[in-house]
Amino acid sequence: MSTALEHPTYNYKVVRQFAIMTVVWGIVGMTLGVTIAAQMVWPELNLGLPWTSFGRLRPLHTNSVIFAFGGSALFATSYYVVQRTCQTRLFSDKLAAFTFWGWQAVILSAAISLPLGYTTSKEYAELEWPIDILLAAVWISYAVVFLGTIKIRKTSHVYVANWFFAAFILTVAVLHIVNSAEVPISGMKSYSIYAGAVDAMVQWWYGHNAVGFFLTAGFLGMMYYFVPKQAERPIYSYRLSIVHFWALITIYMWAGPHHLHYTALPDWAQSLGMIMSIILLAPSWGGMINGMMTLSGAWHKLRTDPTLRFLVVALSFYGMSTFEGPMMAVKTVNALSHYTDWTIGHVHAGALGWVAMITIGSIYHLLPRLYGQTEMFSVKLIAVHFWLATIGTVLYIAAMWVNGILQGLMWRAVNADGTLMYTFIEAVEASHPGYVVRWVGGVFWVTGMLIMAFNSYMTIKRRESIGQPIPQAA
Amino acid sequence: MNNLWTDSLSSFWSVWIIVITLGTIAFSAWVLCANRKTDKVPDAEGNVDTTGHAADGIEEYDNPLPRWWFLLFIATIVFALGYLALYPGLGNFRGALGWTQENQWEEEVARAEERYAPIFAQYQEIPVPELARNSDAMRVAERIFQNNCAICHGANAQGGYGFPNLTDDAWLYGGQPENIVATITNGRNGLMPSWQQLGSNNIENVANYVLSLSGLEHDAQRAEQGQSIFAASCVACHGPDATGNQALGAPNLTDDAWLYQAPGQSVADAVRQTLRNGRNGHMPAQAAYIGEDRVHLVAAYVYSLSLQD
Repeated sequence: MSTALEHPTYNYKVVRQFAIMTVVWGIVGMTLGVTIAAQMVWPELNLGLPWTSFGRLRPLHTNSVIFAFGGSALFATSYYVVQRTCQTRLFSDKLAAFTFWGWQAVILSAAISLPLGYTTSKEYAELEWPIDILLAAVWISYAVVFLGTIKIRKTSHVYVANWFFAAFILTVAVLHIVNSAEVPISGMKSYSIYAGAVDAMVQWWYGHNAVGFFLTAGFLGMMYYFVPKQAERPIYSYRLSIVHFWALITIYMWAGPHHLHYTALPDWAQSLGMIMSIILLAPSWGGMINGMMTLSGAWHKLRTDPTLRFLVVALSFYGMSTFEGPMMAVKTVNALSHYTDWTIGHVHAGALGWVAMITIGSIYHLLPRLYGQTEMFSVKLIAVHFWLATIGTVLYIAAMWVNGILQGLMWRAVNADGTLMYTFIEAVEASHPGYVVRWVGGVFWVTGMLIMAFNSYMTIKRRESIGQPIPQAA
Repeated sequence: MNNLWTDSLSSFWSVWIIVITLGTIAFSAWVLCANRKTDKVPDAEGNVDTTGHAADGIEEYDNPLPRWWFLLFIATIVFALGYLALYPGLGNFRGALGWTQENQWEEEVARAEERYAPIFAQYQEIPVPELARNSDAMRVAERIFQNNCAICHGANAQGGYGFPNLTDDAWLYGGQPENIVATITNGRNGLMPSWQQLGSNNIENVANYVLSLSGLEHDAQRAEQGQSIFAASCVACHGPDATGNQALGAPNLTDDAWLYQAPGQSVADAVRQTLRNGRNGHMPAQAAYIGEDRVHLVAAYVYSLSLQD
């Protein structure tokens, strides 16, 4: 990096590193997703090898999109936002550099150990104990850098984006450490310290809060900076921020048991999971409203600004999936939807529609600014990416809705004599067209990400040819 | 303990759960209501003043909470409290309805039994061989088979590695109606012990003898040596003529039917593996699970599969 890139006040180096890796890991993670989606259509693509089988590539896909792609995006944007809104440099450059290299080391360890079959078997927490320890060290360093920066801020007020980032960082530290408490028995094998229904409850307390804090609170932090910045409008309501922030982080903690309806989990815990999930609707929508209403007076910008379109459509998908979630947490709905592809569709409405879209919109705002420019190399290519991503998401979730409801209804259909009308394999056969459509949706997404990579590369390259120094305004 | 309270949790944990649950809901309601009103007056465009602080140029309005959103929040809280009054959730409090997932299941099963039991009961008195030729009964029976048996024996009942083919004439425990009913009702446990202690040379000899019994390719000299070991060690279960013993579930070794031949494996290798490591076959008991009426029907279905029509 040339010295001209160095901002006089802020540490942009670590932000640039994480921003670039967001694009890289996005392509890797989504390509893995398309691969396993293709395996569902053409099982021969498992290749008959353990390392390339669905069971091993699926956790690699989830880990790489959530933690590698989503995680890098959160690091990049939180480091950028906290410096800009606190008007001060990161608390420690060295520790920030450690979080970057440490995080990449965690991701590489996952990419090696998961295909080799090392797994704790806990969903979204598959990494074995030595990697868990490294991850904890990186995360605590992240907390120190972020909270340290807030502590040395030059502003009196802590901006709302930083509340959400801080809540996300602190909670994920607690979630990871508690759920990964395990007894090692060898270099790469451990057993959870919890047993039976308690283990299941701890796992889904972790699992759902990974959604609530990693994939929601963190990305709301992103939303609260990049939406008003890109729209150039004030935030709609400060008091709405207060109410939905506190309600969201208080209530989310309770929602985990809805993953364990009609299981060995006691009835009382299931009920609490369900009612808290329903109360969660309004706090979730509070974030959507605050983002959407921030655009009042700026709606015309959507016609010309595909970056803003990414951000707004992300908010729409956020609103849709946070309505769908409480609905699916109701026991009678869950009795139909649980264990079907509907769950997969719901997750991707959030993961593609909300998390990935808000990330991409934010990166399109962020990347040129990190390289001394005001716009990406090609705004047209952003628009192409936008349509690929939107159509891809709609294909994906529509296919999974159809499949999920189809499976749920086929599994419960009975003949006049009370015997099941369909065998399991018949439901699998009926799901085949949906799997094809889902795969096509995934191909749309990866294509869009490749276009983003090209656009990013050209943006960075163009800067080198212009050779302009970074703007000095703090 | 009474109609409204269980004692499944100790009183400390029960109180703890009630307090933090209601506390969480009360806290959310308080944050909501405490921030509802604003003393700021909207301007002509309906916007109120910003808060005055700006973060990296981002200002914030202080609009009041949208009314419909406020009411939505309140409605979900009211629903939650109502649900907690009716259903278990607050620690040891059962809820007014006395609902549990177990009694929901029991009620649904009872309703299903009431509705469907007569359909199966009507065939109870008809003997298996006669029932096997009743096409109406067999249509129902096949569904029972597909729901409960096909997972191991296959949709076409031809079995698989370790799972008997039900369409041939080779019966481990007998193919008479009463044998089939007994197998389905109580299940079976088939045990072939490991003969590792014979040593690899003797195992090879016995294996060649067993292959010779079904007229398969074998080493005649080894088979001859194997015969004497067979006579000493194997006849107790498989019988002197190696045709097996249905009382024990010991298979007939002369009929060229092989239960434990893995896909792609030669018969010779399968026999060697069986001799070295032994086998454990398990057919789970079904009577407690599907009831005697359905056992009777599905036994007739299995019987019908090997009828030579």
